[in-house]
Amino acid sequence: MSVGEYIRDSQLWKSVFRHPAPYDRRNRVVVMLTNFFLHLHPVSIKQQGIALSYTWCMGGVTFFLFLVETLTGVLLMFYYRPTLEWAYNDILALRDVTTLGIMREIHRWGAHAMVITVWLHMYRVFLTGSYKPPREFNWVIGVLLLVLTLLLSFTGYLLPWDQLAIWAITVGSNMARATPFLGYEGPGAQLLNIGGYDLITNASDARFLLLGSRFVGEATLNRFYILHCVAIPLVVALLIAIHFWRVRKDGGISQPL
Amino acid sequence: MVNPHPDLTTSVIHGLGWAYLALFLMNLVWTIRVYRGHTEFRSPELFGGMMIPSATPWAVYSIILFLLSLVHLITNAAPDTFMLVMPEFAKNFIDGFADPTIFFALSVGLMAAVIYFRETLVKPTVAWTILNMMLLFTTFSLTDYDFRQIVGKPDNVPIVSMLYIVAFFTWLYFSRAVENDKRKAEGRPLFEQEKNEKILVWPDLVYTELICMIALTVILVVWGVVLQAPLEEPASAAKTPNPSKAPWYFLGLQEMLVYYDPWLAGVVFPSVILGGLMAIPYIDFNKLGNGYYTFKDRAFSVSVFMFGFLPLWVAMIILGTFLRGPNWNFFGIYEFWDVHKLEVLNNVNLSEYFWIKFLNRGLPTAADIPNFISANVPALVTPVVILLREWLGILLTLLYLGVAPMVMVYIPKFKEFFFRMGFVRYMVFTNLLLMMLALPLKMVLRWSISLKYIVAIPEWFFNI
Ligand code: HEM
Repeated sequence: MSVGEYIRDSQLWKSVFRHPAPYDRRNRVVVMLTNFFLHLHPVSIKQQGIALSYTWCMGGVTFFLFLVETLTGVLLMFYYRPTLEWAYNDILALRDVTTLGIMREIHRWGAHAMVITVWLHMYRVFLTGSYKPPREFNWVIGVLLLVLTLLLSFTGYLLPWDQLAIWAITVGSNMARATPFLGYEGPGAQLLNIGGYDLITNASDARFLLLGSRFVGEATLNRFYILHCVAIPLVVALLIAIHFWRVRKDGGISQPL
Repeated sequence: MVNPHPDLTTSVIHGLGWAYLALFLMNLVWTIRVYRGHTEFRSPELFGGMMIPSATPWAVYSIILFLLSLVHLITNAAPDTFMLVMPEFAKNFIDGFADPTIFFALSVGLMAAVIYFRETLVKPTVAWTILNMMLLFTTFSLTDYDFRQIVGKPDNVPIVSMLYIVAFFTWLYFSRAVENDKRKAEGRPLFEQEKNEKILVWPDLVYTELICMIALTVILVVWGVVLQAPLEEPASAAKTPNPSKAPWYFLGLQEMLVYYDPWLAGVVFPSVILGGLMAIPYIDFNKLGNGYYTFKDRAFSVSVFMFGFLPLWVAMIILGTFLRGPNWNFFGIYEFWDVHKLEVLNNVNLSEYFWIKFLNRGLPTAADIPNFISANVPALVTPVVILLREWLGILLTLLYLGVAPMVMVYIPKFKEFFFRMGFVRYMVFTNLLLMMLALPLKMVLRWSISLKYIVAIPEWFFNI
């Protein structure tokens, strides 16, 4: 008996994988049905549905990058403290002294890449007309994922707390000040006043809600940290689950009729 | 004295040597591929009109690249005497085009040309030639100090790659679409319908995925080792950098700020973009082109989407990243980012055009409105003055969004849309389309008649 066979014959192995190795047709079917991770996939699929020249694999790549970001992000969280005192120094240390500080590089480049791949995925889905019935609603979920991907990247941009970070976020969030009705420099905000008191001031408008302060400061750092590390990823994970579920329910990857 | 901004240094020359070597290897593979194809072409009569294997010009080109690479790699010349640099006149010539007008016109023209010449463009030889030209241009441009500064910034590297990647996938799309359109015209089955058996996910898909994941991991690790993530000075609220740029993927929106106020460029238009994207499946009633690549079956929708994605989104990001410098001034790709560069701005509002230039009087004031208003409802004075002052712009805006869709019904294509979509959907669709065109429209108005605002009500932060 070879070592491989010995291992695959052990009770331990069999308790994990409840069937023989997927060498024959039957077990190749069974593996797809019994493995938690693989059950995202159907058992069999049309050739075009997995042709790289058709799907460009961009949805898959985006998902993989999301996983990479989650993993490297968790590792970074062990190290990084979102306070004015520590944020910058922790990033500095990641660069100069920390073992595996390269996680920051991978996390940042992965984030850039994810933004690009999600656009390309949308581009391909459009170009194959895959948003047409019955997949309309999955396209809508996709657009939400697109926004959330951008917001993930945006909130993460602040965390290094260097000049690049706070000014990019300042420029970006200044827009919120001009939100119609809800920003204190937005059209219509003046109308929202009761008995001479303005409801919308620079301490109560949309921008304040976003920043937790009148300017990009420690409250903002905290807010963005939580959005970036907890709130948005949770929503994205949920939406991705629905997205994948619907790809299956809508009949798999789109095909010519 | 040492030049602090040298166009060439020894390490740059060596780097370029490796780049040319990579180009040489790429073209070597290509030459072999062409050679295996055993094709020939007839040379021009001038050269005797004989049959030449198609691989010959590629072989010659590859050899030149190899020699170029050798020259760069083994040179001992002092960097400032090295001859292979982008000449000043070429830089000045290219920088001479550095203007938002030309940039935008070029990017729209390029997209139109790609669509129009798609059948030529998808030929592998043509595409390969264009790719080579793009790569040569980028590589050769790296001999300029300022170009290197901006393109080589670690955060900008993905944006440069995005340019190539988007170009590649657009090409891939057209090559499949042209193929399918031809098949359809000839009554043959679509590309996607051939070889479309059901196969097992294990092994075919799971192994593809595994290989993709490994390849991506390698790419990310190598990328992380080669390029260090940027970290600038600690944040300081007192030192505003110039230019202050939003994260790169929002630079298209930041560019809109040149033409529209924040409430539009930063809030309304982004919401409209997202709402519009979500609305696409409910607007596009065309049942054709679902699940296969085609251009002919959906020429209109593909063209509109590409217009939004390529010139209005990707090209605007490129513009914002590489061509907008201090004070958001426009700079050529080889131009030094001079903080003191002056651009004269004297833009004029539509109301000023109307009252001052056309009617030759001042803007309306409280004195211009009937007495009974100020006597009875003084609170109305300001609004009435504003409405009087801005009536033309307000009217034009309402006409643009409300009445133009009805006029467009006279275009045959839109007439069909109207009847197929019904009133509400048609209005949503045309309004989205008109809002998309609002940016180019305002650009043209700005460049041609220096128009600042169509409706200017700074009192209410309401400028259009
Ligand atoms: C975090 C972002 C996203 C992830 C992880 C993701 C993932 C995926 C994956 C893995 C697929 C399977 C096919 C493929 O790989 O192409 C898919 C299909 C699809 N996606 Fe996404 N996606 C994302 C964002 C989007 C966006 C932005 C859109 C559109 C606006 C979109 C619309 C669709 C549609 C309509 C399908 C079905 C395509 C078909 O049947 O051909 N998704 N997505």
